Amino acid sequence: MPPPPNLDLSRRGVLATGAATAAVAAAPAGAAQGKPAMTADPAPLPVSLEVNGKVRDLSPDARTTLLDALREHLHLTGTKKGCDHGQCGACTVLVNGVRINSCLTLAVMHQGDKVTTIEGLGAPDALHPMQAAFIRHDGYQCGYCTPGQICSAVATLDEIKRGVPSHVSASLTDKPRATNLEMRERMSGNICRCGAYSNIAEAMAEIAGDAG
Amino acid sequence: MKAFTYERAASAPDAAARAASTPGAKFIAGGTNLLDLMKLEIETPGHLIDVNGLGFDRIEKTDDGGLRIGALVSNTDLAADMTVRRHYGVLSRALLAGASGQLRNKATTAGNLLQRTRCPYFYDTNQPCNKRTPGAGCAAIGGVARQLAVIGTSDACIATHPSDMAVAMRALDATVETITPRGETRAIPIADFHRLPGETPHIETALAAGELITAVTLPKPVGGRHVYEKVRDRASYAFALVSVAAIVHKNGAGRVAVGGVAHKPWRSEAAEAQLPDGARAVASRLLADARPAPDNAFKIPLVERTLAAILDETRAA
Repeated sequence: MPPPPNLDLSRRGVLATGAATAAVAAAPAGAAQGKPAMTADPAPLPVSLEVNGKVRDLSPDARTTLLDALREHLHLTGTKKGCDHGQCGACTVLVNGVRINSCLTLAVMHQGDKVTTIEGLGAPDALHPMQAAFIRHDGYQCGYCTPGQICSAVATLDEIKRGVPSHVSASLTDKPRATNLEMRERMSGNICRCGAYSNIAEAMAEIAGDAG
Repeated sequence: MKAFTYERAASAPDAAARAASTPGAKFIAGGTNLLDLMKLEIETPGHLIDVNGLGFDRIEKTDDGGLRIGALVSNTDLAADMTVRRHYGVLSRALLAGASGQLRNKATTAGNLLQRTRCPYFYDTNQPCNKRTPGAGCAAIGGVARQLAVIGTSDACIATHPSDMAVAMRALDATVETITPRGETRAIPIADFHRLPGETPHIETALAAGELITAVTLPKPVGGRHVYEKVRDRASYAFALVSVAAIVHKNGAGRVAVGGVAHKPWRSEAAEAQLPDGARAVASRLLADARPAPDNAFKIPLVERTLAAILDETRAA
């Protein structure tokens, strides 16, 4: 999909203006005393990551999270920003094969890393098996948490396959199995406001069954 | 987020020296707690030193039969390590009871020890907090204290330490290894690593400015049954109201460390000596000096009941 034109300019301009207006309206006089309103932006830092199999060179401000780099710099908007604080899991991507919250890591900390987003897992004409299973089992309603759920689900089954135990594993040393209880525990970092959890677990069970 | 400059550390001694000599510098590893707090402008470092490339990501046996855990080992990798699962089960269990799968993949061993409190008044920048602004006062005292500490508190702070991992490490008598800005190494017993709030709740650990954690070591395995029981408002992905790390031997003796009750993992060797006499004897001794608020007084019987459940479970096994 080609990136929409002037995405940075149009959306950021509106957001920046909106935020500044809100800050002026909300801040009591003297609230910011002793703190400079703005600090000079440090120089952008070059970083090179491999995103969905392609090397991408960026020069983000150091404050740029991996999530913002994916969405705003690379226009890979499949990865979603929910809470932006690691609580909801909407921003889940795979980095070097493991799932992380892309909102709680800086892009500059990922020099040379391999990042897989929902766009890298599958495409509309070549769905990842987990994407197809989510569709079959109606594992979503509004769809906003879905890319994070799917990335997390793929990584969860891989963690079970690699023998990583969980809080609900009865034994620490036995090989864990992809039971409903295990998947619910392991997916607790992905929130679905529509409450599609049961169908998500069924989609995962189908793929786990195929694999095992 | 406030602007900051960023560098990737070249070596541990260099990182420690740079951190000590650069005003406002902080180390960053997993970043899951630090970046959360930076977005809220509760943490405002002027400079970040990324220590991820320093290679402290291995788990190795020590010469005396113990285990050295690199500072950068992720919470997932530590919980899944077969030696830890077999011989330090309380540590695996504590790690797996904490956070979410995504966070455990990024969170590091050293970062877990250094995470800040989740006291709601620490997070609310409209409220005074002696951790955020020393001398500002504490809105938690007299406020909603359900999550907060019942013992070891002060007139300046009633925050808890949020880590599950640290509670298990306290029960295991872990040692924190560091390198100082002068390039010297230091070994700090976990019992002395976290401080009580006293008059300076913003000083949370025994680390000096710029001092960098390089590893956490565990003594050789002590055997026994390892249990970590965490009581929380949700079945998963929530901080503890109370947690109990226990190692119980066949003869009834053992060790007990408690989380969710204080500014540090709470353990008393005198209290745990009473384990053969049951949970009430241990808990009443361990929490004898507790000063709870009305809405967190439930934590005192909850510690006893959680320990009683653990002792029933270990006797049945």
